[in-house]
Formats: sequence, structure tokens, C-alpha cells
Amino acid sequence: MPKMTIDGVEIEVPAGITVLQACELAGREIPRFCYHERLSIAGNCRMCLVEQEKAPKPIASCAMPVAEGMVIKTDTPVVQKARKGVMEFLLINHPLDCPICDQGGECDLQDQAMGYGFDKSRYHENKRAVPDKNLGPLIKTSMNRCIHCTRCIRFATEVAGVEELGATGRGEHMEVTNYVSRALTSEMSGNMIDLCPVGALTSKPYEFAARPWELRKTESIDVLDAVGSNIRIDARGAEVMRVLPRLHEEINEEWISDKTRFACDGLKRQRLDRPYIRRNGKLEPATWGDALTAVAWKLRGASADRVAALSGDLADVEAQYALKELLAGMGVRNIDCRQDGAKLDPSNRAGYLFNSTIAGIDQADVILLVGTDPRHEAPIVNSRIRRRWLTGALTVASIGPLANPTYGVTALGMSPAMLQNLGGFADKLKNAKNPMIIVGMGALTREDGAAVLAQARQVAEACNVVREGWNGFNVLHTAGGRVGGLDVGFVPGEGGRDRDGILAAAQAGEMDVIYLLGADEIDMAKLGKAFVVYQGHHGDAGAHRADVVLPGAAYTEKDAIYVNTEGRVQLARRAVQPPGEAREDWAIVRALSEVINNKLPFDTLAQLRAGLVAANPVFAGIDRIKSAAWGSFGAQGAVADRPFATTVRNFYMTDPISRASPTMARCTAEILGGQTLAAAE
Amino acid sequence: MAMVTADPQDVPKVASFAFSAANLEKAKALMAQYPAGRQASAVIALLYIAQEQAGGWLPRVAMDHVAQVLEMAPIRVYEVASFYTMFNLKPVGKHHLQVCTTTPCWLRGSDAVLKACQDAAHCDVGEVSADGLFSIVEVECLGACVNAPMLQINNSEFYEDLDANSTRALIESLRRGEKPSMGTQVSRQTSAPIGGPTTLKSQPAKG
Amino acid sequence: MLRDEDRIFQNLYGFHDAGLAGARARGSWDNTKSILDKGRDWIIDEMKKSGLRGRGGAGFPTGVKWSFMPKQVGEKPHYLVVNADESEPGTCKDRDIMRHDPHTLIEGCLVAGFAMNAHAAYIYIRGEFWYEAQCLVDAVKEAREAGLIGPNACGSGWDFEVYVHRGAGAYICGEETALLESLEGKKGMPRLKPPFPAGAGLYGCPTTVNNVESIAVAPTILRKGAAWFAGIGRPNNTGTKVFCISGHVNQPCNVEESMGIPLRELIDKHAGGVRGGWDNLLAVIPGGASVPLIPKSICDTVLMDFDSLREVRSGLGTAAVIVMDKSTDVIKAIARLSQFYMHESCGQCTPCREGTGWMWRVMERMVKGNARLDEIDMLEDVTRQVEGHTICALGDAAAWPIQGLIRHFRPEMERRINEHAGRRQAAE
Repeated sequence: MPKMTIDGVEIEVPAGITVLQACELAGREIPRFCYHERLSIAGNCRMCLVEQEKAPKPIASCAMPVAEGMVIKTDTPVVQKARKGVMEFLLINHPLDCPICDQGGECDLQDQAMGYGFDKSRYHENKRAVPDKNLGPLIKTSMNRCIHCTRCIRFATEVAGVEELGATGRGEHMEVTNYVSRALTSEMSGNMIDLCPVGALTSKPYEFAARPWELRKTESIDVLDAVGSNIRIDARGAEVMRVLPRLHEEINEEWISDKTRFACDGLKRQRLDRPYIRRNGKLEPATWGDALTAVAWKLRGASADRVAALSGDLADVEAQYALKELLAGMGVRNIDCRQDGAKLDPSNRAGYLFNSTIAGIDQADVILLVGTDPRHEAPIVNSRIRRRWLTGALTVASIGPLANPTYGVTALGMSPAMLQNLGGFADKLKNAKNPMIIVGMGALTREDGAAVLAQARQVAEACNVVREGWNGFNVLHTAGGRVGGLDVGFVPGEGGRDRDGILAAAQAGEMDVIYLLGADEIDMAKLGKAFVVYQGHHGDAGAHRADVVLPGAAYTEKDAIYVNTEGRVQLARRAVQPPGEAREDWAIVRALSEVINNKLPFDTLAQLRAGLVAANPVFAGIDRIKSAAWGSFGAQGAVADRPFATTVRNFYMTDPISRASPTMARCTAEILGGQTLAAAE
Repeated sequence: MAMVTADPQDVPKVASFAFSAANLEKAKALMAQYPAGRQASAVIALLYIAQEQAGGWLPRVAMDHVAQVLEMAPIRVYEVASFYTMFNLKPVGKHHLQVCTTTPCWLRGSDAVLKACQDAAHCDVGEVSADGLFSIVEVECLGACVNAPMLQINNSEFYEDLDANSTRALIESLRRGEKPSMGTQVSRQTSAPIGGPTTLKSQPAKG
Repeated sequence: MLRDEDRIFQNLYGFHDAGLAGARARGSWDNTKSILDKGRDWIIDEMKKSGLRGRGGAGFPTGVKWSFMPKQVGEKPHYLVVNADESEPGTCKDRDIMRHDPHTLIEGCLVAGFAMNAHAAYIYIRGEFWYEAQCLVDAVKEAREAGLIGPNACGSGWDFEVYVHRGAGAYICGEETALLESLEGKKGMPRLKPPFPAGAGLYGCPTTVNNVESIAVAPTILRKGAAWFAGIGRPNNTGTKVFCISGHVNQPCNVEESMGIPLRELIDKHAGGVRGGWDNLLAVIPGGASVPLIPKSICDTVLMDFDSLREVRSGLGTAAVIVMDKSTDVIKAIARLSQFYMHESCGQCTPCREGTGWMWRVMERMVKGNARLDEIDMLEDVTRQVEGHTICALGDAAAWPIQGLIRHFRPEMERRINEHAGRRQAAE
């Protein structure tokens, strides 16, 4: 550990860090624009200049490695003058349009100008005019404001893995651009808006929508995929204005996907804001009392084996728990949280978790993807795989289709037969220090999914993927509510029917009541003549088929538990009230239980959660992961020689919220050209 | 010419581009100068070939083709093509006159040379003449300062020790389709003083 | 005056055959093997003893630079890169070496490359030197066919390849790390240092970048001996040097002379004197566009070498002497250089990208006198804000000519501002 002196104070710092980092350790704040911890070092803004003893001129602290005996001064007249000079240069061509700039109030340049700016300009020449760029439906550009820090270029190239941004021209004519005026094709592009230290890149959907100081900030989590990215929901009044990432080193670091960020305008569309009852074939507004009574009437009148429930991808833990308890009390065993029919085995938690944890990717040296396309199913997980791959320490191979991966992948084949025919790759897994198998829904949402799962487990066991101190067997979920559903046991009871069984029975006219808790991704035509209750927040497929609609709350409108693909229990928090007469989902079930005369034993969310923890202790540890014990899962059986299917065909539209989002619709049109992803199958 | 930093729209539409067989061979030979995996080093060389094949400028499809041959992201090729001044992202005249106007040439009359170019070629700086024969660009020091003022044509021949008359004569000769001889346009041996060298007057000694 | 037999570039003007036969007749490739046989340490030591300082402008001792390369070759190969991106306004010396005496350079590549354990040299030649690049390619081909380079070069047992790589119009590529970026197929944007090229240069491998002239003089130095070279010029400023004399002289020319020749002698003897006589001299930029100009009073006595010019707050740079007589609008001459630096700024770092444009615009107003008197100080302040704050030296190079102008011609700037103000008042 080198010893150095910073502003007269001696300090020991870790070898290999930069002078800027050392200064921060010493408690000295160094202003910067181009430097960013998670990007390569550019050293171009020159704002972080400090004085180094014996150096003939100030040094860029962001780029200078520390060395034994270094003497650094961060607050001398030379440093002050250098920073003021840089600040002046940055401002001479920067427009004075702060009052109409969306970055206003959260602008690095504005903040630094307070410290290092002049109150009067010495620049009397014309300012530079730079044409704006078309980067697609998400990022608005105002290139006069660009200070050429190149953070966006480095993010696109390094993190997103989409080499589409660059700087053309040179000198004062240098322009950050994609040159071709076409939408960026990254699922992570919105992060460039956060990275831009000025108002050059701002959010297009959020354009002129609000000022940061008007917003109510709620720390929450995202549920539009199974990653559980930590987010901040910014709301004004009853409206969610925007979603931003919140730092969580083990999950999303400081990034979020474009769906997580931009689908929030879908929260304002297609909302179910009051109960409905179908009368004469048409859904008509109803009171809560009438709607609940109608449901209760049907439920009470049906025999338990002719009642079923399916929960959807966005269903929270509490609602699933409450509904499961209610139905169990009535003897109903036909329940399933796997609306996509995935043959996940609820009997062993290790069989449905991303056991290595997402952060575990940072240690992985060999990854086998089985029926999963991380880039489109979980961009955050994907970017971690890419980062690891960029170090050169990771080899990735895949069985199943992948669309434009952002790292090198060896294609082993398309169908599950490859699992028993890994050849040399089996040795690679065996010989790896931290081998990993990632099984996706493409492998499990098929009739032989249980057998595929068992085979994946056998490969894991044969190749020693699960070993002392390391469990590299991972399931990558796509549904934010899925692991929670499995953890509460929202699966068929003894002798109960699973999704396929429920749909088959319904089609055969053997189901009288089907309760859809936000389940929209099933083939509604298969529900036959059953009486369908839809509880959820969007007028999507389920509501259109429903006989009674019970308006629930979206993830931004309720305090609720979700469990991510790692098995990490997290809290979503209410940022705004549900619209109109819509209610939190657990409370709807609780109210229904009262109408049915089968009152659930909790009156408050706290009481419900106490019951939940009693039923399954994993729910006690918020933001903790309880590692799951290895065991047998899956089922022996024949495996069809049919290629794995693509699970996410349109990244931008995967659930009722993103399907209702005008922004996601624009992305679908402009980025995907209206085409959904069809990987080579 | 003004720096082009975005795909220009006011240019002829070129639907596709691929190296001719001979040019592809040339490109491969140049790529072989660099270690395996470092073929991007040949980007400038390939852009020259592409520019020549495309008629003196680089339509986007030509840059895309170079990117493909070199396995580079297209944006990296656009960056390079727009950074270096010898690549033209818009069409130029058949004879692209690159007139040096930096101080050493300016001191010796580059203003007059530039004006003579404009008069004789019938176009302004940054423009292409109506007959498509000429275009003019002001360039920075070309490294022939003891033979100033000078100009270069089509990224190749230097014409040196110019004045207004010799510049006009040069352009007229080009207009007639002749191949004027390159180098100094006065009586002089390359960079030696006019009137003969002050050194190295005898047969060369063994250095 | 330097004796003709002490001139290294015997075919500077191309009177004779530039090809291999001609080069051999002039002594090139004369038992090169015997030089290599003396070993790396001897070569580097001899280069150090010769006192040769880099001819590209910075004047860093060449032998010392070579010694920075790792002694042993590790996992990564070593590279020699020759900087033939000659672009400093006023400078056209390397051009003559490459078109008229290319074998001095290629032989220099072999001995330098051998001394630093490199098996390959890339000569990065500015794109505009289309003809000179052809000359080099031809000479490389000739040398390779004669077994002078290639496998077992000159029978030394050392394999050595020389490649010619053309640039495409960017002054900044003369900066060694920008050159390496360009050579790797990127924009010529200077790299942050450290790491220095000797540690991580071309493709991340140990690399030394040398100017054409520095490499091309090496074989003769090694043949004639360090003492011979060190005996020419003055201590710490030894040897011969190709000077380029342009601007307002009667006979602009390149000439190889001894270091430390008086500026006046250089101009009078070789360039036919200042147009209109020595007394008609206004100022000289003695080392290429980047160095501050010096007024006639200094020109009267100054010697042309690193230390003498440094003493008068200018520099030898590339030894490109740009002469301006009394008819010159000196403010405009410098403003044109400001335009040059603005045009050639790579745009990467803030002070240079923004500062070069600002300085040029103010300079343009200074040309007309359309400024306030206190803006001269402001302009000077802006040059100080750029200087020393950038990734590479282009920022400094843009600042120095203006600083030189203000230092020596402030009265002229003030006169013009007052005159302009007077005209405006009269008009109102």
C-alpha cells in the first residue's frame, strides 16, 4: 500500500488506484465531468487537475496512478486557476438556457459553475451551434450543450456493448453522434441520460414534464423483469413522472434497463380504475360491493375442484399469499403462479433460483446458457456477463437461440439434446473455477420442461457446477412475481391441476370459476365457459375476457414484497395512490374473504406479513438472500428434439404495463422496426 | 470544406459499394502489414482505396463496406473518415485543388494562388465548379514550405513555387486534359536554393 | 560552415540516384552487419555519446530514449515507429530525406530497431506525402530484395521488417501517442501518459517513436563515430541539422548545417539573405510554427540550437526558420497560425478544443484592431489557461506563438486597436 501526502496529510492508499480516488479517500472532493467509476478513463475534461510535487504542470488526477511518496495538492492557487480556466472554457460555448433545460436542478455543470464559474463572461465571440441528433424515441439531444466528456460513447461501447455512438469531426467541430440518425439499439440506452453531466442527453418521454424539486421521490424496486432492479420513483401528485435507477451494487449497480425506466407512462393508460361486471356480454361499471358479491356468489356455488386460480407476472407476494390462503380455505387446489407453463419445480428452492447470485457473475469463468437470451430477458444480468467477458476471463456458450448477444458466444446447438452431448464443453465446465449454467424460460416453458430441468441439474452435478462454496446452477426468470409465487406456494396443492391442467379442464368445460390474479399471458380462448374473475390493474387480455373485474394496484401504487430471480426479498413502495377505486391487491382478497364469509386472519399488511414469515421464513430477510440447499428437482422423462423457443420476442412489451406504454410502442416501431425479435431458431 | 459530422443528405444517393476484385486484393495486402487481429490499422489505407474507387469521395455505403472488411463497427470508420482531412464525405471535382494557406505559404503569396484558383477553376472555396472539373479547398501546411506557395491535387501531386500566373496555367492545362509535371513550377532543383545549391556542389562523399 | 564531407544527407536535393545503388555509392548499407555485431549496448551507448537530440522538435536525447525500452523482450514484441508525419508549419526536411535519401532512413530503422529488440518498424508518413510514400515503399522493396532488411537482415541473424503506413491529414498525428492511435486505426487522439510508449505503445507493446531525421542520421553516426558527430556544433547541441528556411528570403531552401550556426549566417549564406536586406528583417519564427517568434534584435546574434534559442524564450523546434520582413502584417501571420491550431486540435480535451477557437477569434479581431486594449491581457491570460492544462503539447503550441507576439509586438497591437477606435469614432 503506497503512502502519499494529500494536502499535507499522509495517507496510505491501495495500490493501483488513481490520484482522484486517493483524494476521495483523503476526504478531498475533486470536481470532474468525464470521469466515471464504471467507465474507462478518458481524462479529457481536465476539471480534475491537481498539483503534484515536482511535476512541471498540473496532472489529471483521474488518470494518474498513485505512487509511493507522491505529494498531491488539491487546493492551491494553481489548481484553482486551472479549474476555473477549464470551467470558463466549458461555458464559452455552452448555451445559457438553464431555464428551459430539463437538466436544470440536477446538472453537474450548473453545480460546478457555482464553485468555479465566473460571474461575468469574457467571451465575446459567437457561440458554436451544433445540430441535434436523432438517437431514437428515448433520448432527446440538445447538442449545443454537449461538453464532449464522451461518457455516453464509453457507456454505449463498454457497458451496453452497442458500438453505435462516436465522436465525428475534430477540434471544436467534434460532435458526439451516431452519424446515421437512427435509433440506438441498446436496451440500456437510458442510462446515458443519467451519465450525461449536462443537458445534452435528456429523457425524450419526460421532456419538459417536471422540475426535480417538484417531485416526490420514493425508493422502490422494478418488477418488469425478474432482476429486481432498485429504482427511485419520482412522482408529482397522482402521477409517476419518471423512474430512475437507485444504487444496488449486487443487483443493478447504477443502471436500469430501458423498459424499467421508460415503461412508466404505461401506468397512466388502460387502467382499471373501478370494478366491472359483465352484463349481457358487456363489461359494465359496478360498485365494489356488487362486484365482490358476484365473485363470492360464484365461488361459493362452485365445487372446489371446478375452481382454479392463476397469478400473473407482476403479482406481488402478499396478494398471492392471501389468494392462496383464501382458496385453500375453500379446498381449492388448482392454483398456479406459472402462467407461462414453465415446469419449474417448487419442491426445491435451489431448482428455481439464480443461486450464484447476480453478483456471482463477476467470478464466473465459464457460462452455459440453456434456453435463455439474457440480453432481452434481463439486460442488467446481460451487462454483467458482458463486463466479465470483456476482462477475458469468461467463456460463454449457448444452447438455444440468442439475438445479437453483446459478447462472444459459442453456439453449441438449439435443442435440449445438446445437454447430453456437451462433449468438450463439459470438461470446460468441470475445469472451471466458477462454472455457471443459466437455465431460462425458453428451456422450461415446454411440455418436456421438467425433463429438461432434470437434465440441466444432472449436467450441473456431473460437471461439478455445484461445489463447496459455489452454486453455479442458475434459473433466470422473466417474471417479477414468479419466485415470490413459488416461495408462497402458489402452486397446485395435492392432486391439484397446474396451468396446463387448468386450461385443459376449462377447455373441456370442467371449470366453473377461474380467478386470474393479473394473469394476462395465457390463451384466453382456452378458458371456455368458465366464469372469469380478473384482478389486476390494466385492461389487457385478462380483463377483456373477465366476467368480473376487480381493479388492483400497480407496483408503484402499493407496498408489496417481490422476490427476484436470485431469491432476494425486496420491498416495492407506494409512490402514488392507485387510480380511482382501485385498491391494493391483498386488501381486495381480504375484502372478498369477508364477503365469502371465510374471513382471512389478518386485518393489516403487517399482520399478513407476520403470517407470511411464519409460513416461509425466507420472507423475514429483506434484501437478503438465503442460499438454498441443493437437492433433486425436475422429472425424468423423454425430451423432444425440438429447438428451444425465444421467450422475449419484443423486449419493450412483455407485460400489461409496458404494452400500455406509448413510449414502449414507439420503441417497438422505431428500434425493432415494428418487428418482434425472431432469433435464429 | 466544412467538416462533415453527420451522414450528409445533400449528396448523390449511392445504393451499394463493394471493392472491386483488384482493390480487394490490394486491401488484403495492406491488411497483411499488421499483426493478426490488428487489421483495423489498415482503415486509412482502405478508405483511400474506397475513396478512389467511389470517384473521389466516400459515400456512407463505402465506409460501411470498409467497416465490414475490417470487422469494425461502422461508427468507428465514420469517426476516422471525418477526422482526417484527406477524406471527402461529399463529392469533389475531378481535380480537387488543395491550396495551402498556412503562414509560410501565405508569406509568399498564397492569397494570390487561391484567387487564381477561384478565377481559373470558376468555383469558390468549398465548392465544385459547375462543369464538375474542379473543387477548391484551403488546407493547412503540406510540408513543402521552402517551395511555397504550393498546392496539391487529388491527394497526390504537389505543385510548388507557384504564383498567380503559373497557377492559372496549371489549371488551364488540367482543363485541357493534360498532365502537368509535378513539383516546382520555376527553374530550380527541388528544395535547393534558386540559382543553385550553396552546399553539396561536388560529387557526393561517402557519408 | 560545415564541410560538405561532414554532411550526412549527401543527396538532400535529389541531384543523384535515390535508389539503392546511389545510396550505396554514398556509403549507406556499408557493412551494416559490423555495426549490429557490436551489439545493442554499444549502439545505444554510442548514440548517447554522440549527443544527438531528437530532431522532431522536443530535443530529447535519442540514445537515452532508446535505452528506455525494456532490456529483455517479454510476452509482447517491441516496435520501432518512425514519425514521418512532418506537419509543423515551416518544416519540410524529412520530405527530402524520404524522397532523395530513403536508404539512410531504412538503414537507420534496422540499427535502431535492432538496438531496441524490435523486429518491425512502422514508418508513419503523413498522407499528403503521396510521392514520398511511394519513394519509401520502393526503397523498402529494394532493401528487402537485397537482403538488407527482412529475414536475417544484412546477414546479422536479426529478422527485421519495415512497413510504410500513410496518414490522412491530421497535424496532431505528429504527437507520438496520437500517431500510435492513428496507426492502430483510430482517430489521432493523444493518449494519457502514463503509460508511456516504451511501456505500452503500439498495440500495447513497448514502442519507441523517433523522428525521421533522428533515425536517418544514426547509421552515419555509428559509422563515423560518436566523437565525430559530437565534435560538430556546441556542447549539448551537437551534430548537423537540416534547416528549412522559408518566408521572406531571396532563396528559400533546405540545407544541412552544423548545429549552433548563427541565424544570420544561415539566412545570408544559404537562403540568399532577407528580402530587401538584413535591415528589412522584422522577425523570425526559428523552429516551426509552435515556437515564439523573435524580433530582429535577437536575430542579429542568436545561434541556431536548442539552448541558445531557449535562452531567448523561443526554441529550435524542427529548425524550420520562417522569415518575415518589414512588409509583414505580423499579427496576421500569427493569427493564421492560430487558425492552424484551431483546425488541427483533435477536440479531445477541453482547454484546447475550446481555447484554440477562442484565441483565433480574438486574434482575428486583433488583426483589424477591433478590440479593447485590455483584451490583449485577456488574450494572454487565455493562452496561459490553455498552456500546461492539456493532454498533449498542441495546447502549448497554440499558446506560444501568441505569447511571443504579445511579448515582442505589443506596441503594434495597441497601435492597431487605437487606430481602429479612432476610425470608429470618426465614423460616428
